[in-house]
Amino acid sequence: MVKNLTVLSVLCGKINSMQTHILTVTQLTYQIKNLLEGTFPDVWVEGEISNLTVPQSGHAYFTIKDEQSQIKAVLFKSSQRHLKFTLQHGMQVICRGRISVYDPRGEYQIIVEYVEPKGVGALQKAYEELKARLEKEGLFDRDRKKPLPFLPKKIGIITSPTGAAIRDILRVIKRRHPRMAMLIYPVPVQGPDAAPAIVEAIGYFNREKNVDVLIVGRGGGSLEDLWAFNEESVARAIYASRIPVVSAVGHETDFTIADFVADLRAPTPSAAAEMVVESEAHLREAIHSFEFRLAAGMRQTLENLKSTVQHAGRLLADPRKKLEQFSQRVDELLGRLGLGLRHHVRRDRALLTSLTGALDHLNPLAILARGYSVTRSVPGEAIIKSADEVNLGDLVCTTLHRGEFLSRVEKKILP
Amino acid sequence: MAEKKFEASLERLETIVAELESGELGLEQSLKLFEEGVKLARICNVRLEEAERKVEILLKDKSGKMTTRPFEEKDEQE
Repeated sequence: MVKNLTVLSVLCGKINSMQTHILTVTQLTYQIKNLLEGTFPDVWVEGEISNLTVPQSGHAYFTIKDEQSQIKAVLFKSSQRHLKFTLQHGMQVICRGRISVYDPRGEYQIIVEYVEPKGVGALQKAYEELKARLEKEGLFDRDRKKPLPFLPKKIGIITSPTGAAIRDILRVIKRRHPRMAMLIYPVPVQGPDAAPAIVEAIGYFNREKNVDVLIVGRGGGSLEDLWAFNEESVARAIYASRIPVVSAVGHETDFTIADFVADLRAPTPSAAAEMVVESEAHLREAIHSFEFRLAAGMRQTLENLKSTVQHAGRLLADPRKKLEQFSQRVDELLGRLGLGLRHHVRRDRALLTSLTGALDHLNPLAILARGYSVTRSVPGEAIIKSADEVNLGDLVCTTLHRGEFLSRVEKKILP
Repeated sequence: MAEKKFEASLERLETIVAELESGELGLEQSLKLFEEGVKLARICNVRLEEAERKVEILLKDKSGKMTTRPFEEKDEQE
């Protein structure tokens, strides 16, 4: 404001120096406009919103004020796209914009191009602090995350029953699996009651065990709107849940604390529905394909076995042929054996005759027949081969070809 | 739990198909697996059909007890 006064006094000086030149209001306004708009094309200003009105056009008109001063402000509809919160009377904000003069009323105002709640800094800090603390405590650990059921029997949904989130979830699940059962636990998803209600809802499902997966979420909004999902109590409830929890807070880029703790984080409620319910068509396709492969596999197995049997049959035919060959060989060998045997017998008979002859010659009895005799001592029956072996008067026994006789030694004649 | 059974059935079915396709089984074993596989496929199909779509919303009654009531769905034009 002080600055504005300086500007005005400069303008006054200008007018004085021009003396005779009288300006029209439009001309003057034009000069003021040039001066102000040229000097403040981009300013940041901080203050409290008051006198907020949003007419049909959608543009927001308000005053930014502090203890001593105020400035009119306008936030055109086109600049509201980036806005992640709703402007409210009494809200502390930081605005960025340019000063503009509104000719018809001779008023200057700030045309706001960007606005953020002044509290954001504090919230952001609380968020970072909580995130770091819970992460250190292990609430975000990957190995703590539970797998989602493959095909849930019933899905528990914790959200507002009137928001876009529940409609999106129901629509997607209906499309993917027309017969899926769902149980909705209605909760406020913003404001001071939201966090305790969400905690209670998670507790309810864990006590009742009547669903096998939980979707907890809401549609998109500003950091303040989503704040329940950044509350420590909600984070701990999700962590403690024995039923797998899918977080579905509708804001693709930013993560809430709930997202970090949840067993699975979905970027939007619709995405959460898709993650929780495998499409029935896919499942049917999978089963059908298994059935087909089952039949094909069985057919193939039978084919294989049949060909194995046929192959074995061919193998069985061969030994018969081999048997004939064997038989022939046996015959042949038998023939040769017979020949060999007869040959042997002939040779052996000749040998036997000659051996018998030789044996006859060796027979001591045969020698006796030719007139030789054997004399033995009596008693003792040792064959006497030398005169030394007997004494005069000894009895000896002599064996002849026929019979024996005893005699007494009368005389010895030594050679 | 029933959904565990569904997943397990589907997994077992997959194993059976793979084994049968390996072609290394005897006739008796093959027939046994084939029979089991057909049964599993039927169980899975039945499981997909048995559920009745039911969307309910929880309400607290006067005594603070939770009761369920059918959830009114707005028909979506899609």
